[in-house]
Parts: sequence; structure tokens; C-alpha cells
Amino acid sequence: MLRRIHLRPATREAIEGYLGISPWLIGFLIFTAGPFLASLVLSFTDWQITVPPRWVGLDNYVRIFTKDPDFWQSMRVTFTYVALSLPLNLAAGLGLSLLLNHPVPGMRIFRTLFYLPVVLSGVSVALMWMWLLNPEYGVANTLLAMVGIQGPNWFWSPDWALPSVALMSLWRVGGGAIIYLAGLQNIPPHLYEAAEIDGAGPLAKLRHVTLPMLSPTIFFQLVMELIDAFQVFTAVYVITGGGPARATLFYMFFMFRAAFEDFDMGYASALAWIMALIIMGFTALVFRSSPLWVYYESEGKGS
Amino acid sequence: MAPFPPRFLPLSWSRRFTTVLVFLTLTALALLMIGVPIGWMALTAFKERSQIFAWPPVYWPDPVRWQNFSDVLTQIPLARFALNSLFIAVMNIVGNLFSCTLVAFAFARLRFPGRNTLFLLLLATLMIPGQIMLLPRFVVFQTLGWVGSYLPLIVPSFFGNAFFIFLMRQYIMTIPRDLDEAARIDGASTWDVFSKIILPLCVPPMMVTAVLTFLWNWNEFLDPLIYISDYDAYTVQLGLNMLKGRYNIQWNLIMAGSLLGVIPPAVLYFFAQKYLIGGIASVGLKG
Repeated sequence: MLRRIHLRPATREAIEGYLGISPWLIGFLIFTAGPFLASLVLSFTDWQITVPPRWVGLDNYVRIFTKDPDFWQSMRVTFTYVALSLPLNLAAGLGLSLLLNHPVPGMRIFRTLFYLPVVLSGVSVALMWMWLLNPEYGVANTLLAMVGIQGPNWFWSPDWALPSVALMSLWRVGGGAIIYLAGLQNIPPHLYEAAEIDGAGPLAKLRHVTLPMLSPTIFFQLVMELIDAFQVFTAVYVITGGGPARATLFYMFFMFRAAFEDFDMGYASALAWIMALIIMGFTALVFRSSPLWVYYESEGKGS
Repeated sequence: MAPFPPRFLPLSWSRRFTTVLVFLTLTALALLMIGVPIGWMALTAFKERSQIFAWPPVYWPDPVRWQNFSDVLTQIPLARFALNSLFIAVMNIVGNLFSCTLVAFAFARLRFPGRNTLFLLLLATLMIPGQIMLLPRFVVFQTLGWVGSYLPLIVPSFFGNAFFIFLMRQYIMTIPRDLDEAARIDGASTWDVFSKIILPLCVPPMMVTAVLTFLWNWNEFLDPLIYISDYDAYTVQLGLNMLKGRYNIQWNLIMAGSLLGVIPPAVLYFFAQKYLIGGIASVGLKG
């Protein structure tokens, strides 16, 4: 169509370019930018979904911070979980990737197996864990009993429910490991050879070659896992319902309840914005701290 | 010590020892992390009720009770739900393949003012966690009157997905420009270059897109939970969630249902893992 109209080639290319990206650009405006701003406005209203929103100013925020004990509980739960699962996942992912980087027979099978939990998520897996960690008949406590340990009540104990969710998240460690593995394989072998010539042992090589060279990947994973921690939902919804005694009242679940069980959409919008600010704040913090510990090769291809 | 290709020389004893050690560690880990949980789920799915609660524990189902599966399927129309899930997933695949290839091509090959800024914007949206958008999007779909239908689960894919656009754009950048230019000299239009030259070469990232889109949609729980209210329209995940309420302690039936729910993604994964793990590692992503 454009061919019939006489246009300068550059103009035509620009028009075609905009046409090409238009699905994404329109989608961005309708499904991301627009709703994002609209929800900011809604967070200043009282909106019970069936009746039109009513402007209430900062009321929702005041209520959240001063009158809602569940908000503080959900913050405590989410941040405890971050503190528990983040170092665990980082260390385990890194450890697994170091193992997977070693040439052994059947490597493809190992990689495929360890990545499997990442593609199997959802309700099936939540139910599976609920059964594995069943206090009386689950395999975990059965195996523990065989070595003479009385296993905990897992999801059904206020003290163990949160660690149980963290344990579940550790099951997906293969996802992180695959990403570390890609980083490991990009480390030029000559660095190790040079280190060996200098008499470095395996630990020194890990400390002075592997970890610095891997720091951009670790950085990336840190941001991703931080964001992930705020997403925990299915396990909570299916297994614990936020309990026992609010021990697994994750932020996401708390927000979901406000929006879709209490239908308090204005209030829930305010909660969504608080979460957005927290996540953005932490992401910024991680980025700001990165020059202190992330090593980029000066002429590297960048990633 | 001169660098040498290790495989042409006999391995030193310490190297061989490390290899054996790593192999054994990986085997033990795989058994414990993957074998035990999935094996326990699968074995439970075939047991009789009395065997689940037996002490000392019964490991192998005896007799093997296939009826657990038919029991679950008569209680909850999982086959129906599977078709619903499949429909949603296929529509998302179509949407993503259509929109992401086009957008990626425009970003990779066409020059237009503001291209770099817009691409940065696209990358920035990758950093926005999905859950932040949950509520704002619900409000939009509520306003459009789409809540209760599949539209909120399908339509957004036709507007592209930042991650897949990025993946494809990176891939298209590796295709030599000579191909486009040769075609242009022969009088090919931009659309011709896209559809006849670039698209046929983009099969690997399209495979990754299709497989991941299927897996994500099949496993998605929160979106269907919010948008689908009609029982007949339930997805597999919503159906599985009902197992818990229906069979309070009949873990053999619950595990039979769960096993059915993970079979499609597991089978797809084993066939497509060659594409998947490479594609994922190259851009950095986890499920």
C-alpha cells in the first residue's frame, strides 16, 4: 500500500518501523502504562467494585500503616522469607552450577532433571509438597523417622510453615543454576590457566577467578529472586491459606484477599502501589550497590 | 604446565577422582531432589487408600490401583479443563508468535526516530514484576466488561510480550544483513523481507517462545482464578485446586490428579529441552 504513495525511503522506513512495533506500543499503553497510572488514582479512592469510586485522599494509606495489623504481619512474613530463601537459593544455585559445569558422563540428563521443577509449577506441585511434608504420612517425616528424627509439622506449624515454603522454593534451584552455568561457561579458560601457573588451588580459583567473573550473573539473579519473593502466591493459596496463625500471610496473598475476597479495590490498589515502591526501591538499592562488588570486563561484550 | 586439550591425554588420578565424586554427588542430589518427590507422588497415585496410611510405610503400591485415575476423572472433568487450558495456551502461542516476531523485526531491522528510547522502555518493562500489574489490569478488564471471559487471558498476548520480543530481537540481530539487502535489490518490500527471509530463519526463538508460552499458561493459577468464574470454563490448575477440598484425606486420588496435571508440561519439556535450556541460558531467565 505504501509503495504506491511516493515517500522518501527514510520516511517510509520510519512509518514501517512504527507500524511494526505498534502492537507492543499500543499494548504497553493499554495494558501497562495506563492501568499503572489509573491504579495510582484509584489508590486514593474508596472503591467497593459495585459502587463507583469515591475520593478519600490518603485514607487508604493511613489505614494501611496505622490500623491494619495484617499489613505489618504480611511485611514481616515476606521479608523473613526473603532473608531466608534469598541466600539459600543463591548459594545452592551457585553450588549446583559448579557441579553441573564439571564434565561427567550423563551431563545432559542431569541438567534436564534439575531444570524439571522449574517447568512443573502450579497447583500440582503445591499439592505434591503438601503430601510430601504431611506430618504423619509424608515421605519427609517417614525418612526422618528412619534415622530417628521426629520431623516437624511443616506447613501445619506456625514456626515451620514459612521455612517449608522456602524449602519448596529451593526445589526450583535448577532454574538459577542454569543461568549461573551460562555465566560459568563464558569465563575464558586462560584465566584459570594463568591462575594455575601462579599456583592457585581450587579454592583460590573459585575465590579469585570464578566469583568475580560471575558477579554480573549473581547480580542479575539477586534482582530476579528478590522480585520472585514478592510473587509467592500459589503455594500459600493452595496449601496454607496464609496460616497457621498468619505465619504465611505473604504480601501477595494479603493483597489478593483485599481485592478479590473483600472487594476493597481502592485499598488493594494502595497495597499494590506500596509493593511497587518497595520492589523498585530494593531493585534500585541492588543496582546502586553493584559497583562495589560486580566486576565487568572493561572490553566485555556486555550482557 | 602448557595448556593441552584434556581429552587427548590420560586423565590424572586426581582429576578422575573429582569426576567420580561430582558424578556421585549429582546422582545423589538428583535422586533426593527429583526422584524422591516425584516418585512419591507417582507411587501414591497408584496406591490403595489403606496403603497410604500404613505403618511401617508401604513403598510400592500393591495392588496397582489404576482406578484412582478414573475416580478422579469422574469427580472432576479434568479432560474438559485440559481442553480449556490447551485452548488458552494455543491462543497465547498464536498471539505471541504473531506480535513478537513483527515487533522484534521492526526493532532489529528498521530505522525510525526514537527507536533506541523505545527499546530501552521495552527493556524497562521486563523489570516490572507481573504481580504489580495484577490489580491495575483487573481494573482495565473490569471496565471493558471482560471479567468472566477468556479475553483477559488471551488478548494481551496479541500485543506482544517484552521478554519474547527481546529474545527474538537478539536473535534477528545475528542474522546477516546481506540477506535483507540482496532481497531489497531484487525489489522486495519490507514485508517480503520480514515474511520470506527473516521469519523462516527465526524458527529456534519461535520454538522457545511457543514452548515457554505453553508452559506458563498451563501452570498459571492466579490469572484464571481471578478472571474465570464459570465452572465449565475452568483451567486444569483451577480444577486441581478443587481436588483438595473434595478429597480431604484421599491423597491417592489427589496425587493421581496432580500427576495427570504435570504430565503434559513434563512431556513437552523432555521433547523440547534442547531448545529450551539453550534459549533460556542465552538470555537469562527462569520460569
